[in-house]
Order: sequence, then C-alpha cells, then structure tokens
Amino acid sequence: MALPREARRPLPAAVAPLRRRTLADREDWLGRLMLAPALVYVVALVGVPFALALALAFSSARSGSLEFSWVGLRNFWAILPDPQFHRALWNTLRFTLVSQALVIVLAVTAAHVLSAAFVGRRLVRFLLLLPWAAPVALAAIGWTWIFDSTFSVINWTMLWLGLTKRWLYWFGEPQLATAAIIIVHVWRMFPFATVITLAGMSAIPQEISEAAVIDGAGFWRRFFQVNLPLLLPIITVAVLFGVVFTSTDLSVVYLLTRGGPYNSTHVLSSLAFQRGIFGGDLGQGAAVALFLLPVLVVVAILMLRTARRAEVGA
Amino acid sequence: MRTRRLVRYVKRGVLYLAALAFTAFAVFPFYWMFLTAFKANRDLYVGGTVLTHVPWIFNAPPTLEHIELLFRQTLYLTWVRNTVWIGVVVVAITLVLAVPAGYALARLTGRWGERLGIGVFLTYLVPPTLLFLPFSRMIAWLGLQNSQWALVLVYPTFTVPFCTWLMMGFFRSIPRDIEEQAMIDGYSRFAVIRKVVLPLGISGVLTATIFAFTLVLQDFVYALTFISAVPRMTVSLGVPVALVRGDVFYWGSLMAACLITSIPIAVVYNLFIDRFIQGLTAGAVKG
Repeated sequence: MALPREARRPLPAAVAPLRRRTLADREDWLGRLMLAPALVYVVALVGVPFALALALAFSSARSGSLEFSWVGLRNFWAILPDPQFHRALWNTLRFTLVSQALVIVLAVTAAHVLSAAFVGRRLVRFLLLLPWAAPVALAAIGWTWIFDSTFSVINWTMLWLGLTKRWLYWFGEPQLATAAIIIVHVWRMFPFATVITLAGMSAIPQEISEAAVIDGAGFWRRFFQVNLPLLLPIITVAVLFGVVFTSTDLSVVYLLTRGGPYNSTHVLSSLAFQRGIFGGDLGQGAAVALFLLPVLVVVAILMLRTARRAEVGA
Repeated sequence: MRTRRLVRYVKRGVLYLAALAFTAFAVFPFYWMFLTAFKANRDLYVGGTVLTHVPWIFNAPPTLEHIELLFRQTLYLTWVRNTVWIGVVVVAITLVLAVPAGYALARLTGRWGERLGIGVFLTYLVPPTLLFLPFSRMIAWLGLQNSQWALVLVYPTFTVPFCTWLMMGFFRSIPRDIEEQAMIDGYSRFAVIRKVVLPLGISGVLTATIFAFTLVLQDFVYALTFISAVPRMTVSLGVPVALVRGDVFYWGSLMAACLITSIPIAVVYNLFIDRFIQGLTAGAVKG
C-alpha cells in the first residue's frame, strides 16, 4: 500500500526490448482472465441463490414440485403473527447476544493468560483450540450425551458437589435447554475469539505498556485504559464473526434440542429448516430465514468500517 | 522483600489456575468422548444419580468393543470415504479458482481489485442458513437431489471466497521486487507466476488446501438438506444423524466416531491456525 505510484506501474517495455509482448504481458487482461472463473462461480452460486432466497420468500414454492408462483406478502402475513416465529426471532437474538457477551469476557481473560510466559503454554493453546477446530455437528452430539437425561455427567458432578438437589432435565425445561445451547455456543466460539484477541495483543507495541508502567499505572488501569481500547478493533472483528457464526448456526439447536421442549428453543435457522424442508413450505421457510439478513447487513457494514479504520490508522 | 516474593508466587498461581480452568472447559467434552468410547457398557450406563459410581474414571477395564462395532457394523468408513472424495474434488475446484483469483486481486487489478477482494470476502459471510432453501430448489432443477455431486457443487461457494481472500493476503506478502527482478530478466508476467510466485507461494496453497478441506468437514446444513440416503452421507452428517439404531443410541461407538474424526482435524488445523487468523483479520490487523 505504501509503494509510490511509480513502483506499481509495470516495468517499461524498454527494459526488455528483445521479447515480443504477448497476452501474458497485458496485465489488465491477464488479471481479468485469472479472476473471471472464481467470480463467475461466486456470482452463479452465491449471487443467484441469494436472489432466489429473496424471490422464494414471496412465492408459494413447495419442495417436491418445481412450480413457482408469486403470492406477494402472504408468507410474511403468515409468520408475523405466529408466536413460534416470535420465539425464534427472540431466541436468535438472545442466544447470540448472551453467548457473545460471555465469549468476550472469556476470550479477553484467556488471551491475557496466554500472553504471559509459562511452562506448557503451547500445549494449552493447542488444547484451547480443539472446540473450534472439531466439526461442530460432532461436538454438538458430544454435548447431547453430556447433557443426557439419564447419564449426564454434569448432573452427577453437581449432585456430588451438592450444587443441586434435584435431577436437571437439560432438554426438558426451556430455561435449562436455553442454558445448554448457550454453553455450547460459548464453548465453541471462545477459543476462536481468544486466538484473534491474542493476535491483536501481539500487534500492540511493547513500549506502550512499558510506558504506562513507568507512568505508574497499575494492572487494572493499564488493562482498562491502555490495552482494552487498543484491542477494541480486533475484539470487534472477533465478535462480528462470532455473531455471524452463532446467529446463523443450525447444527447446535438441531442436534441438542430440535427446537424443543415445546418449540421453546427454535431459532430462525431451525424454524426455517422445519418449515422449509420438513414442512415442505419453501416459501415460508425462506421468509423466516430472511429475517437473518438485517443482522448480516449490519455485521458487514461494521466489518467494512473496522477494516477501513485500521487501514487509515496503519 | 518477602511479601513481594509471595505476591509473585500468588500471581503465578493464579495464572496457572486460570490456564488450567480454560483448558479444562475446552477439553472436557473430548475427555468425555474418550471415556465413553472405551468404557464397558456396565461401566457406562450407570444412572447419574448413583453417587458412589464416579463417572470420571474407568471403573471397569477399558474395552475396544465400541471401536470394533463402529468399524465393523456401521457405515462409518463409508462416510469417511464419501467425505474424502468429496473433499478432494472440492479442494481441487477451489484451488483452480481461488489461487489465480487471489493473485489477480493482489497484483493485477489495482484499486478496484481491493474493493472486489473485500466483496469476495463478504460473500463468505453469507451463511448456509440463508442459502439452503434456494439451493434445495436449484438442486432439484438440476436433478441432483440426494446426490453427492450436489455437495461438490455447493461447497465451493464458501471455500472459494475464503481461499481467494487467504491467497490474496499471501501473494501480497511476497515482495514485489522479486517479481519485478524476474521481469527485468525477461520473464513475462505469466512466466513469473509460474516460475517464481507459485514456488514461493506453495505454503499458501497448502494452507488453502487444509482450510478448504476442513470447511468441507465442518458442514452440516447442506449435507442435511441434500442427502437423505444413509450410505451417501458425509461423516459430519452420518455420525450425528444416522449412527443410531432404532431408539437406542450407541453412545460408545458414537463418541468413538466423534473423537476419531475430530482429533486429526484439530491437530492439522492447529498447525495452520495462525495463517487462518491472519487471513480473517487481514483488514483489521495490518499484515
């Protein structure tokens, strides 16, 4: 980025006068040629389905047949008064916000721990990353077993420690099911946020912290008034990714609770799946899924803004 | 003096304790998978209210029964094979599309290339949740219902944007001077790419390969939407959805499958995680 204009320009032909210029030297065309296949693929298989997602929401399309007819806002009139839809919208918001709040606290703490030098740091980092690296569906099924209604090891431990007197049916009570889903989301996302925060921390010049020490700032003061503000952009990036991955995730809810008990833990994605695939009503499913779009647009805008600010600052 | 040393010891102690707590939280489900995979049934299926039976350790000698069952009597290996061939084809498609595109965005397209690069990356944020319904319709148009080719077609929609972005960052980190020197020596741009850039970028290509493959393994939504025939499933779908016979969960084999699949991926992933983070945060942390 810092290179002056001259340096960016392709070298003058005079330097290599012996060889004829071919297509391979026409940089603009070569660039377009190399870019085109990827671009075509993305437009055809992200752009087109995206447009189709919008179109489906205004249609009466059903799975199993290919007919397609416009019904205007009918799907929206069907879901907007639907309490199950309200619940799913609220759950998506709730699960995402609560889990991301916990993730920030855990990740910033864990990053501070990991940035200190201690024996076995690399091993700890490796182990911390396991939840993020393991396929989410397999991890979710592991948790299903951990929260099992008869054999839950969490319940055993809590009973043994005297933390609870009664048996907890994790997937039988709405509150517990909510807690279980949030725990799994936090477990999955915090390692990712930790590593990102850590990357941000290593980018902060050591002198700043040292200067603060010399000026007499204590740990907490350094943390809240020096480190945290400097880390803010990178934490924002971690959270934005976290929001996207959590709010749009289907596998955790699907495998843990299937939206139960009594449809109390459905999120937009699982409800869209139930209506669109199980129920066969593609139109209504698409209408439900469409409510994820505002979240994604906001995230995209914030992401671009963070990126731009970092670029200006650099 | 003595109090200062004491304070230091306490600080160390807190540090180790915190590290231990985080690790325990992260690892505990995998430890539980491990125990379950090797426990004999009489040790495994003891109700959680029996406080005298400690579930955290082996109370009876470990057994290989569940592993044997998994490999001999379930479709686990078929799913692994399916995943591998789908993964290999998707990786090939991804590299063919993403490596040239990444280079073009890094070097050849100037100002608008940068914008386009960000645009490509944003498409990675468009989630499967938004696209699986229109895809199910498109797959039906193409007549690919219940076919693994549907997955081969759809998976590059997230691997290509991600790997393009990754490769773009990677090619940018190669010093321009090297390429320019080669061109002064009489190479064309194309020859420079082939003879100078690609050999230097081989570790970037390897990173892209690993991540494309792991992204394929991570998918659950698309596989769930498109594939209903059990023998055609991928690991990430088959294990949670179809490794259940009747109403009885075979938890031992199920957890063995989760563990055996997750651990190798996690190990490889860990080796490349720094590059992954660099790729994701390329905008925010200036590389």
